[in-house]
Amino acid sequence: MDMNYTADELAFRDEVRAFLDENLPEDIAAKVKGFKKLTKEDHQRWQKILSGQGWYATHWPEEYGGVKWSPVQKHIWDDESCRYGVPRTVPFGVNMVAPVIIKFGNEDQKQKYLPRILSGEDWWAQGYSEPGAGSDLASVKTRAVREGDHYIVNGQKTWTTLGQHANMIFCLVRTNTEVKKQEGISFLLIDMETPGIAVRPIITLDGEHEVNEVFFENVKVPVENLVGEEDKGWTYAKYLLTYERTGLAGIGLSKAALEHLKDLASRRMKNGRPLLEDPSFSQRIAKVEIDLLAAGISNLRIIAAVEGGGMPGAESSMLKVKGTEIRQSINDLARRALGAYAMPFVEEEMSLDYDGEFLSDENAAPVTPQYFNNRKLSIFGGSNEIQKNIVSKMILGL
Amino acid sequence: MDFQLNEEQQMLQDTVARMVRGEYSFEKRLDFSETELGYSADFWKQLGELGITAVPFPEELGGFGGTGVEVQSVMTELGRGLCLEPYVQSVILGGGLISQAGNDDQKDHWLPGIAGGELQVAVALQEPQSHYDLHRVETRAERSGDGYTLNGRKAVVIGGHSAGLLVVSARTSGDSDSAEGLSLFAIDPKVDGVERRSYPTNDGAKGCDVFLDNVRLSADALLGDEGKAGPVIEYQAGRAIAALCAEAVGCMEEANKLTLDYLKQRKQFGVPIGSFQVLQHRMVDMMSELEQARSMAILAASVADNEQSTERRRVLAAAKNVIGRAGQFISESGIQMHGGIGMTWEYSFAHYAKRLILINHQLGDDDHHLEAFASLLQAG
Repeated sequence: MDMNYTADELAFRDEVRAFLDENLPEDIAAKVKGFKKLTKEDHQRWQKILSGQGWYATHWPEEYGGVKWSPVQKHIWDDESCRYGVPRTVPFGVNMVAPVIIKFGNEDQKQKYLPRILSGEDWWAQGYSEPGAGSDLASVKTRAVREGDHYIVNGQKTWTTLGQHANMIFCLVRTNTEVKKQEGISFLLIDMETPGIAVRPIITLDGEHEVNEVFFENVKVPVENLVGEEDKGWTYAKYLLTYERTGLAGIGLSKAALEHLKDLASRRMKNGRPLLEDPSFSQRIAKVEIDLLAAGISNLRIIAAVEGGGMPGAESSMLKVKGTEIRQSINDLARRALGAYAMPFVEEEMSLDYDGEFLSDENAAPVTPQYFNNRKLSIFGGSNEIQKNIVSKMILGL
Repeated sequence: MDFQLNEEQQMLQDTVARMVRGEYSFEKRLDFSETELGYSADFWKQLGELGITAVPFPEELGGFGGTGVEVQSVMTELGRGLCLEPYVQSVILGGGLISQAGNDDQKDHWLPGIAGGELQVAVALQEPQSHYDLHRVETRAERSGDGYTLNGRKAVVIGGHSAGLLVVSARTSGDSDSAEGLSLFAIDPKVDGVERRSYPTNDGAKGCDVFLDNVRLSADALLGDEGKAGPVIEYQAGRAIAALCAEAVGCMEEANKLTLDYLKQRKQFGVPIGSFQVLQHRMVDMMSELEQARSMAILAASVADNEQSTERRRVLAAAKNVIGRAGQFISESGIQMHGGIGMTWEYSFAHYAKRLILINHQLGDDDHHLEAFASLLQAG
């Protein structure tokens, strides 16, 4: 048993830090750390820097332009990224569709799409969820009917994150209605510019436009955009979900959120002294920090097992539940720290360009919206109820 | 022992419920929220015409002489409709402070307008550093000539952006955290030196911070005795807490109803999701929380207009604590069981959730009231 990083791992961490010190734009880091709004341009600017370093595709084999990092190195990267305020990689292209294309796609698809993901030319969206297919993902109804060299796609996808920026979308579509629901699904790559596609924003309770509905009406998709075999899409979909689930625990993000909370609590006052020194409030912070410490070690245990050649199993489901609960608790405490100032919705202060007086605190404005927005953490990527079903079935045998 | 409303109280509640059903659809509410006023001037006027804004005032002002129970009947229904009108701020707090502290001239001057809904009052009791402690006041009122000069800043004044009158707490003596030395002033927000920074709130209402820069007031702006406002503020905040508890119960009833309907309608894996035991139990917990909250709202209403006592303080702190916790549990559980749809702007549930979370930030959250209750354990 050795809980410490090896000399090589420490050297890698130094390399990561040196790179971030040198290359992470200050304005972008300030936005991330202050939970302010990132633009599409911010994401793209940072992606170019990462790609230039060869560190963008951390889940790809080297032959396609990926970087060969061990699970521990990936963890170090994630941990440092969160600490520095690196924007979260929008995962749909590089971490979701790309691994599927690499494993199940044909050579033409690899040649065509992977370089465009690396260069940032394509922005991908995920077309999984539908109005009637949330937790029950396999019940997709969007139809794709083969007509000559095309599929004709009709249906609707929903909760499409940042779909407003995307020019490509990967979709689960039903190509066979005669078989049981998991067996009639195919995996299609669709150009969002194709006639018949309409994107409608979904405004969430915090007033944000982050997710969308995507409508398909007689959309002609060339058959060469089918990944793998027709009707075998569920296999590919599940493979993709294993990539989605890693990192959902958000340990690094919770650490960053905890720092943000402590910083806020060091300035907000109660009974004439900072909240951070208030006996009851500091204990609430302490409790969540302790939980995070434990979850961080659980995360490392899973990483070490994977490093040793194992597969992340249902343990990552447990960690997803715990990790999302922790992050939501931190958001809850930040909101509480603001007292009455949790109420004002001060949109102008959520932008880094704001140069007026702050109503209460420079980091206050995004706090309540973010508390509401992050209720999604226990819903998406497989709701926490679904994760618990997985654990009870796979680990407990119930 | 009788927990039923009497006939008059029931009629009052039915009247408000009918008005809300008729005038306050969810879609209209979104529109009202978007206006500069932030609520419906028409609906507010109707509340005035039908005597709803007069409920807690004596009969000679067109009121019922209503106590906590009548206010509870009104507020539950306004909560059910997610109504944005500043009833608690103007009628309960503004009217209450002037009724308790004001002299006859001041009461004659302002109360008829408040009771009739023609004058909207906002109360400016909190400050940037007060964190729910209404005795922690740094705003200073100094005697100048035969009047006062005020300097300071008041925080998160709900309804303050549109108020015709501000009731402001300021310190005429004592240290910044002392219950002694507080005074109340009635201020026309249009006078020189008053600046308002207005904003919408996260739950769809509007408010402002009030900046007081050498605001000169005549002596008759003082409400009550100089330096003696501490107990008045505490007492009236208690009435407002009872009203907020009732509002929250109305919100929770509706939130639970929406969630239960969804559990029955939404199908996944070929069955209604309400057939899953894990969701059934959570729904039962939501219902239990609502019942706890309802009980405490009733108790709070029953003591709201009693003479101040340790028991009244204990009950109101306990009630606000229970309401805060229940509201958060119901909001978070309801969103979770709705899934993504519970997080969308165009569906009403999300707005109930937001109101319930933010009620916890008005006049003290559950942490604040837990400490308040704990501090009274010895006294009990």
